[in-house]
Amino acid sequence: MKKYVCVVCGFVYDPAVGMPEDGIPAGTPFESIPDDWECPDCGVSKSDFEVQEG
Amino acid sequence: MDRAPQNGVVILGSGLGGYTLARELRKLDAQVSITIVTADGGESYSKPMLSAAFAQGKDALSLMQKSPGQMAEDLKATILARHRVAAIRRDAKTVVIRRPDGDEMELGYGRLVLALGADPRPYVAEGSETAGLRTVNDLDDYAAWRAALSPGARVLLVGAGLIGSEFANDLAGAGFCVAVVDPAPWPLGRLLPQALGEEMAKALGEAGISFHLGRSVTRWSMGRAELDDGSAIAYDQALSAIGLIPRTRLASEAGLVVERGIKVDGSLATSDPAIFAMGDCAETPAGLLPFILPLMAEAKALAATLAGCETPLKLPALPVVVKTPALPMVVCPPAPGAVGDWVMEGAGRDRKALFVSPQGKALGFALSGARVNERQSLAKEMPDLL
Repeated sequence: MKKYVCVVCGFVYDPAVGMPEDGIPAGTPFESIPDDWECPDCGVSKSDFEVQEG
Repeated sequence: MDRAPQNGVVILGSGLGGYTLARELRKLDAQVSITIVTADGGESYSKPMLSAAFAQGKDALSLMQKSPGQMAEDLKATILARHRVAAIRRDAKTVVIRRPDGDEMELGYGRLVLALGADPRPYVAEGSETAGLRTVNDLDDYAAWRAALSPGARVLLVGAGLIGSEFANDLAGAGFCVAVVDPAPWPLGRLLPQALGEEMAKALGEAGISFHLGRSVTRWSMGRAELDDGSAIAYDQALSAIGLIPRTRLASEAGLVVERGIKVDGSLATSDPAIFAMGDCAETPAGLLPFILPLMAEAKALAATLAGCETPLKLPALPVVVKTPALPMVVCPPAPGAVGDWVMEGAGRDRKALFVSPQGKALGFALSGARVNERQSLAKEMPDLL
């Protein structure tokens, strides 16, 4: 599964780890996260994440 | 030379504002010509990281997310890096651009967007112009500042606001010896109630930072700052973080309405309907909004407008994350001039402060420590900014 990176602060969402403290279990693909989810580090929206390359 | 079609969008500035706007506009319109003119190198980078990158060992190169070439390809845009804009000719709908070789060229625009950012406010006191006082407001500044610091250097920071506190925490975490001077009685004085501000001062103090609060520097000499209580601080490098001044000169010389920033309406249009402004240089109906979340909202609304669907800027309450690992903090300040009192909950590091009006309505909040995770739910209860 692809990792996604916040374009503002560089926070990386890794589906293998998920965000259990935000109620997103490990193994959740980025696409399945609710649309109103926000970057835990800087608060920008889910749409401000891009696929992490490399 | 005219490199953009007359109906194209020209964006002045390649900061987070200019690049986010270009990205959002490209999502909505695959065809429109986009040209970005920037005095910087045109790299995309995370500006909020500038005040938090030292302790992570990141230099300017590792803060760079994408080169200008990659950005041009991703955005299908023309990027003119290291180009300065000399003037806006509204009658001809062109901008006069000075190329790196010093030659001038004119570039036509259909719509022009000013995403020029802001300049650091200079700290003016006796001797300040010769004391080597630095500021860090872009990637070039960061590279120069990093290069100037030797391991273990004594750093004097002027300003204990948001950016100053972040820098202080970051530099202390990277092993520098940090002193902070600010006339306010506690850090983040304009954003935090006293109890939380004092908790922040304590946490940063435990991280090794020495505070000189309620004090100003009255006299600078190379390596030495004298304070208004007669004491002095010896330093190797000094950094000033006392706020920003919107870049308005181009706009005012072009005859656009400028007050504290370039005045824009609810659709981010300036007094010329073909020219828009956003980000740190713009003064919206909700005032100057020098934070990330309003900037992202502005970019999205303006992109929709430029793509042909006029979209007024709407701003819910937008909490600001303070990057101080010594004491994590989130602030959602009440609107300037709001009447009310701070009501505190919790103790020690883990606190919640609500700014409550006499009618009992919550108008703002600040959260520290373990309580920062209440940010998202609390923000929904706050009044909209716009």
